[in-house]
Parts: sequence; structure tokens; C-alpha cells
Amino acid sequence: MNDTLLTEQTLAVQRPVLFRYALLQLRDSELADDAVQETLLAAWQSAAGFEGKAGLRTWLIGILKHKIADHWRRSAREAVAPTFDRTDEGDGEAEEDDYFMSSGHWNGGPKAWADPEAALKQQEFWAIYEVCQNNLPPKMANVFMLRELVGLDADEVCREAGLSDANYWVTMHRARLRLRECLDIRWFNNTKQEQHHA
Amino acid sequence: MRSCRDISALVSQELDKKLSLSERLSVGLHVMMCNRCRNFQTQSRFIRKAARRYTDELQSRLDNKS
Ligand SMILES: [Zn+2]
Repeated sequence: MNDTLLTEQTLAVQRPVLFRYALLQLRDSELADDAVQETLLAAWQSAAGFEGKAGLRTWLIGILKHKIADHWRRSAREAVAPTFDRTDEGDGEAEEDDYFMSSGHWNGGPKAWADPEAALKQQEFWAIYEVCQNNLPPKMANVFMLRELVGLDADEVCREAGLSDANYWVTMHRARLRLRECLDIRWFNNTKQEQHHA
Repeated sequence: MRSCRDISALVSQELDKKLSLSERLSVGLHVMMCNRCRNFQTQSRFIRKAARRYTDELQSRLDNKS
């Protein structure tokens, strides 16, 4: 792609990613749609401000962030949704040791899940999924969400979250270990709530 | 022989980048023999799928509310 050439089409293909980003923060489809619309319009009008260095999507997300901040200012409400720029305190390096023994073997380890596909169709599952996702430490949650929910590439996530390559791998791996364990305990191998599997 | 700790890290990385041939071989051989790493692999892929669907679920939930 020629980075310096901005067309309506190159902007439009970024719409889904921008929409998901806005939706996760604004938690309202219409507001999210408006913010994306304003962002694309602003981008179109200030195409000269795009230097092509940081990548189109990074530039657009930068504009979108301002639009979202404007919204919170106008509505005089505190942002309740993820702000995507938090840091984790006391998120120790030793954390992975909860999942593995010093020999490198699993400590417990993943048991099989019965019919995960069926879970995707159940409202109750999504409530549990959300709890588990919210239970991640804030920065880890941001990184995971930017990659898996918003759909940014790994290098874009690193830029957004200010992470090194190595930190990125570790963070994503821990997020998966944690989410997996949480879903295991609260849903798939939850012996207290057998009715989910009925 | 790589440990489950190392293999699971590669399983995670595999979701985001192409592993080297020797890494892929290690993972492939290991998960053939190790239930727990195999479960981690399928469950990590499932988590990715769920995460991608989550925003759609969230949107329909939010839209129904209003
Ligand atoms: Zn293993």
C-alpha cells in the first residue's frame, strides 16, 4: 500500500476496527458509529497531517481517541470502560509459576472441555466470559483486547501499549493462561453449575 | 526435550506469528504425546474465537437494551 495515498476506500476498510475500538470504550453503538464517522471525516479533511510513518491505523486511532475524549468531556461523565492506557502494578514476573512447577511441567494443567462451541450460543457463557476478561490485570486486559477484540496487528498493539516484542509475547501468553483457567473454573469444569451443560 | 512451560509459550506465539520449522516440529511432537498442552492449544484457539465474537455479542446486548 502506498502510505501517502489516502483514498475514501483505504479509510473505509479501517472502519470495522475503529468501530470495535470505539464500541468497547463508549459502550453504545450509535455513539461509537458517530465517533468513527467524525474520525474518518477529520482524517479525510486533514490528510496532509498523515505522515505515513506510524501507519494509517495508528494515526486513525490517535484521532479516534480524541473524539472519544471529547465525548466524555461533553457528557461530563467519567469514562467507565477500558481506557487502553493503564498500567499494572505489582504484576510480578513470577506469576507464570502459578501455572507450572519448577520442572517445567504443568501444575494441574488444562483438562479437556466438553463442547466449547455450544457455549458460544449461550447468554450465560458470555456473562462468564466477560467476568473472566475483566478479571485480567488492567494493562494485560488492554493488550489482549487491542489484539483479539479490536483486531490490531501485534506490532500495532506494541505501539499502542508501549510494549517491547518480548513483553508482548509474555503478556499475551499470561492473558491466555489466565482466561483459560478462569473459564475452566467458572464454566467448563464448574461442577456446581451442571445445568449449563444440560 | 522442551518442557510444557516452553511448549505452551510457543503455542501462544503460534497464534500471532509463524514459528520456525524446528519450533513447529517440537510443538507438533509434544502435543501428540501431552494431553495438557494439546488442551491448552485447542482452548487457546477457542479463546481467540470467543474474543473475536465478543464485540458482536456486546453490540447486540447493548442494542437490545436501548
Ligand atoms: Zn506438555
